[in-house]
Amino acid sequence: MTNATDRKSAAQSAKASKRERRESPAQQPKLGFFGTLRWLWRQLTSMRTALFLLLILAVAAVPGSIFPQTNIDSTRVTNYLAEHRTIGPWLDRFGFFNVFSSPWFAAIYLLLVISLLGCIIPRTRKQVRALHAPIPKMPRRLDRLPEHRECTIDASPQDVLQAAQSVLRAKRYRFRVDTTAEGVPQAIAAEGGRLREAGNLLFHTCLVFVIIAVAYGHLVGWNGQVIVPAGQGFTSTASRYDTLDTGPLVNIANLTPFSINVNHMDVTFEHDVPSTSPQYGQPRDFVASVTAKLPNMAPKATTIEVNHALDIASTEVYLLGNGYAPKVTVRNAKGQILYADETPFLPQNNNYTSVGAIKVPGASPKQLGFFGFFLPTASFSSTQGPTSTFPALNNPALVLGLYEGNLFPDGSPQSVYTLDTQQMTQVKGSDGQPLRLLIRPGQTVKLPDKLGSITLDSVPRWAGLSVRYDPGKMPALYGALLALLGLIMSMTLRRRRLFVKVAAAADEGEPDDRRTLVTIGGLSKGEDPRLPVGLDNLLESIVKRTGKP
Amino acid sequence: MITAATDHVANAALNTASIHFLWSSAAVLTLAMLAFGIDLAGFPARDARAKEREAERAKALENSAVAQKVATGAGGGTAVLDSAPRPANPAEGGDAEEKRKWAGIGMSLSWLGGLLLVANVVFRAWSVDRPPLANMYEFAAVGTMFVMVAFLGWSLRKDVRWLGLFVVAPVVLVEMLCAVVFYTAASSVLPSLKSPWLMIHVTVATLSIALFTIAFSLTILYFIQLWREEKDEEWQAEGGARFRFMDSMPKSDVLDRTSYGVIILAFPLWTFTLIAGSIWAQKAWGSYWTWDPKEVWTLVIWVVYAAYLHARLTAGWTGKKAAYIALAGFACILVNYMIVNVFFVGMHSYSGM
Repeated sequence: MTNATDRKSAAQSAKASKRERRESPAQQPKLGFFGTLRWLWRQLTSMRTALFLLLILAVAAVPGSIFPQTNIDSTRVTNYLAEHRTIGPWLDRFGFFNVFSSPWFAAIYLLLVISLLGCIIPRTRKQVRALHAPIPKMPRRLDRLPEHRECTIDASPQDVLQAAQSVLRAKRYRFRVDTTAEGVPQAIAAEGGRLREAGNLLFHTCLVFVIIAVAYGHLVGWNGQVIVPAGQGFTSTASRYDTLDTGPLVNIANLTPFSINVNHMDVTFEHDVPSTSPQYGQPRDFVASVTAKLPNMAPKATTIEVNHALDIASTEVYLLGNGYAPKVTVRNAKGQILYADETPFLPQNNNYTSVGAIKVPGASPKQLGFFGFFLPTASFSSTQGPTSTFPALNNPALVLGLYEGNLFPDGSPQSVYTLDTQQMTQVKGSDGQPLRLLIRPGQTVKLPDKLGSITLDSVPRWAGLSVRYDPGKMPALYGALLALLGLIMSMTLRRRRLFVKVAAAADEGEPDDRRTLVTIGGLSKGEDPRLPVGLDNLLESIVKRTGKP
Repeated sequence: MITAATDHVANAALNTASIHFLWSSAAVLTLAMLAFGIDLAGFPARDARAKEREAERAKALENSAVAQKVATGAGGGTAVLDSAPRPANPAEGGDAEEKRKWAGIGMSLSWLGGLLLVANVVFRAWSVDRPPLANMYEFAAVGTMFVMVAFLGWSLRKDVRWLGLFVVAPVVLVEMLCAVVFYTAASSVLPSLKSPWLMIHVTVATLSIALFTIAFSLTILYFIQLWREEKDEEWQAEGGARFRFMDSMPKSDVLDRTSYGVIILAFPLWTFTLIAGSIWAQKAWGSYWTWDPKEVWTLVIWVVYAAYLHARLTAGWTGKKAAYIALAGFACILVNYMIVNVFFVGMHSYSGM
């Protein structure tokens, strides 16, 4: 609010501007530093600004759904940048691939939070004051109110007032009984629905709380992804995860080192439909049977399914992916084992045509690297090359090429699913074409040039586990549910004032104490199309309670 | 595109029955649409006849019209309330004496079409043995069912025959889209959909979309009425009002309030959809919010309707401007349903198309 001095100075400068109008036609009143701050604050916390910010937020979120987002799928971002060489870098510069962590998006929601606070604080103050305010005075004439009713009841005025009180009490209205000068009750003034504003405030406060809870979860939460072939296990330490995203306040040395062993992995695919149906080969069930063990505790056998995570050490372990990890053995020409491991391949489509690489750094004189496909149901077409036609192991085969040379040219970390072939050369077959190996389970294939042999021993599945710690999620949920409660309160409750007046009914000019003329009137704060119905109901309840209409 | 269920995971006979119910419902509701249309078209004539009767009775009424002050039921019955005379609503009063035969036929056909639609959903659920909420075809069928249920339920409490055409027409449109474009053979679902949250989250989502759709129809009518009210003088000068059948509908301010009433019913439901979706996302995907396109658009819809509710309380934004925001909200719902499901890459890839 503008205080007196401000108003005075504004008036003075207005006068001044009148005098100086000829020289400078449009001179604004001076606000001063604090005045400007106050002006800014009031602009920011006005309903109009909140409205604009909401609309801008809605518009700003849209690009995040149109363009691929780094936090969701960074491969698609890379592909997009490769395909759109002119516009791509510009989009990247303005954060269109990281919309929800970009400064401009953050600016919008932070301004909204400030605007929210600017609306909550003064309104809370007002609400507290309203809770203590006395019930308003009885209007002299109820028929001047927006809605009023009148009727005569066969009961004494005191009975009618008693009935009105119990009705209003049941409706949780606060009320005051007014008496005549002689102390005889004659009217009731009542007020209800004050919780409407309380609900509205609860809603807005909880929104801020939810935002804080989400931010807290981001700061102290972490999540790690790990691929575990069936038959193997992992221990929850920072180095064991394939990827680990941590909040800024997480100390990764403090993770509880629980361990999970994946005993076996059961997957069912739809095969009861014609192969032309889009449902053919769709996954139907994923179940990982695991043994979980906390440090110094007995191991426990359990299952992890989609929609059924495992709770362990305040974290949750989700089953989010699956695929095949062919067990491959590579031997040198003398028959010594150079490599023997379950090697996870990444599914590329619904039929699990999977890609991967087998890196054999122990081979000499040159390191060996196999790359290629694992096909659970192999099919070789002249147009598409090797593909899989069904996700289950109906006709499994490994289709590999072979490189020799230096696997890790610059020593930097690289993906385990691809080869870095900068310092490698492709091994050719006897026909001079690049070597192509086709290996089925149980088969051993000799490599050319006395490089040794490769065996596909078996094809276990792997489970993609995601371990998450997010202490902000339950507070966020409770906040959201309370916000919903507040929202419902603010939309169903009506702030109303109701007045009831009684008088002995005049019967042919004579006041008759056994009959009462009751008048009720009501008004609402804000829009209230159901006020007439409310008044009708009130009168009907009073009539019912006195029992004698 | 229409093939009777060929998938043997589902009960083929039940699914075929369900498709027949959908087609019958569309046929019946098309007839209901026609009946409502005829009823609306008949309004000017009905109105003229009512005025004639009014004139005839005017003299007789003059004599008997006395102040209706306090009237007491002497010994029995309920109290007779003396209500201040309120402006007569043209949709309710006016031609109350004349029976609106075609509107009655429209309502009866709507009940039949609505029941057939319920049968469609029930038989689909029966044939796939799960809540029928797992692909676009099923959402659309359940959504239209909710539109009809909401409209028919409303019609029990209030005379909303004037709205019939504008509810039944979009329902028929979506039913046809369902049968021809969205149709997905009955089948079992992906593991992530096997959860009680499918029932909770998607049911509430479709219910609130149904309500938003009704609010959208009301908003469109609001704009038409507002336009007619603005042009009224001009048209009177040119020789009489136009589109007189629209007089059988409430005035723009009533429509504005009504659509607001429907939206404040739908908004908490949409809020619940967001919360329930987050809970389910946490259970199925390990994170309650991943900025998946569907999540983004659900939030955008929520924010736009929140803006609408604020606009109605902001000076200078009430009326037309607020109604534009409500239209934008519904446009976002259409994008969320038609475009995000099919074209955007995300985790909500359940369209079945």
